Amino acid sequence: MEGWTIEQLEGKDVFVIEGQVAIPNNYSAGIVGSRFLVELRDNCRIMGIRCPKCDRCYVPPKSTCMECFGQLTEFVEVGKSGTLLTFTVDHHTTPVQTASPPNVYGIIKLDGADTGLLHLIGEVDGKAVKSGMRLEAVFNEERRGSILDIKYFRPAEAG
Amino acid sequence: MANRVAIVAVAQTRYHPNREDVNEGELAYEAIAQVIGETGLDFSEDGGIGLAITSSDDYWDGRTISNNIVQAAVGAHMSDEGKVCEDGLNAIYSAYTRIVSGRQDLVIVCSHMKESQADKSMVENLTMDPMFLRPFGIDYLTASALQARCYMEKYGITSEQCAKVAVKNRGNARNNPFAQEPLAITVDDVLNSEVMADPIRLLDSKPVSDGACAMILASEERARKLTAKPIWILGVSNCYEAHYLGERDLAACDALSTAAQKAYRMADIKDPVREIQVAEICEEFSYQELLWYAGLGLCGAGEGGRLIDSGVTQMGGSLAVNPSGGMLSGVPNIVGGMSRAAEIVLQLRGEAAARQVEGPRIGLAHGYTGMCGQLQCVMVLGN
Ligand SMILES: [Zn+2]
Repeated sequence: MEGWTIEQLEGKDVFVIEGQVAIPNNYSAGIVGSRFLVELRDNCRIMGIRCPKCDRCYVPPKSTCMECFGQLTEFVEVGKSGTLLTFTVDHHTTPVQTASPPNVYGIIKLDGADTGLLHLIGEVDGKAVKSGMRLEAVFNEERRGSILDIKYFRPAEAG
Repeated sequence: MANRVAIVAVAQTRYHPNREDVNEGELAYEAIAQVIGETGLDFSEDGGIGLAITSSDDYWDGRTISNNIVQAAVGAHMSDEGKVCEDGLNAIYSAYTRIVSGRQDLVIVCSHMKESQADKSMVENLTMDPMFLRPFGIDYLTASALQARCYMEKYGITSEQCAKVAVKNRGNARNNPFAQEPLAITVDDVLNSEVMADPIRLLDSKPVSDGACAMILASEERARKLTAKPIWILGVSNCYEAHYLGERDLAACDALSTAAQKAYRMADIKDPVREIQVAEICEEFSYQELLWYAGLGLCGAGEGGRLIDSGVTQMGGSLAVNPSGGMLSGVPNIVGGMSRAAEIVLQLRGEAAARQVEGPRIGLAHGYTGMCGQLQCVMVLGN
């Protein structure tokens, strides 16, 4: 080790250790989130929660109104169809993707909801997707209590 | 009147795509050593720096309690220490409040990040709600693309106008010796670059970056003795909005508007466009600079495209934005806001060399944390 200086060491013999943070977690969906997921799984129903004070319906539902901080308890079923607020045709590749690109993602305001739901858009070419278009939910045959029990949203049948 | 607080020394590393030659502590020390050297301060109990506040991110650093590794480098050994797991401008805010309260008179802050150490999309996906967002396997680029389209369609903002931000900032970076990726590019180069998540293209996005920034904050009494050019924090505020994208108006940036208005009120700024001469703002994607213009009150809602077209925010304009090249030219997340403030300090001291704006008196620094700018922080500085 004699005679080494920082200057001599700099940029040489760099040792890089591979590692990863990998901790399995169990997340509770909570009282309100659980109801939403169970309804999706068992009845293909999309549930929102309404703040009577603010007259605002949240989808997905949440326990506390972010406007008035009141506890929310009033579940309401919202439509399986809605209007596309914004979207992206996503081309970039990442290790967290669930399907190889391109994937189309959108934020959909379901009929009766006051917030938008982020989801996948399917059965349509990316070039044909337009903000403002009507979309409807397609449910998976096998459902397990997940936001992905909705397979994706597809262009709604006219009329 | 509360105590005044000044920034008395700033330093940045040169931003780089991969500093695997150093660990986080060694990287931070490159900036720390400069501000310590410049002020001649130490960490002694009697008259030395009494507190170190760092900003870093556990997931990016791949260890919880990411401040562990910089403890010695920032003088936090056997000393008062704090960590902000948010953009570095919030660390300055935190240090500011400690001095205003009278608890401390000298605080060192440091923001450090090696984005090269982890996969961006994995880290970003882990910040998202595990029930309703994470399962889609999206990252901030995807989320930002949803915001970009929402904003652009609502106000008729064009891809060309977004591209102008990338051209301006990458071009400005050519005058900044700390910049990672200065580029002479054209609007066409941006528009012809690879589509990442429509409407965001490769050159609309910032590259992976490593680097650190440090500064020393002082009470008025200490600041006067340490430097002939103290830069005063005149106003500061932050504001947090909904995490879930569908609960926000993505064509607006309400948290930023609120943070900016509070910071301006505190600094007694009534007309930011006329009273501020230089701004450094965080823009991981080009559309953000246009959207943030309105949030910062530099133009009306939806007028960001017109503002960039007008040339006001170019070098030589009456309100130059990102003379340093901004984040688009390569500045890490977390370091973003502190490095913006450091650049404003250099501008207000007249020490910004080739990227110097002519004689600014009031400057604006901005930083954000999280998906589509969920947490916004705004600081007004003056000389
Ligand atoms: Zn309410």
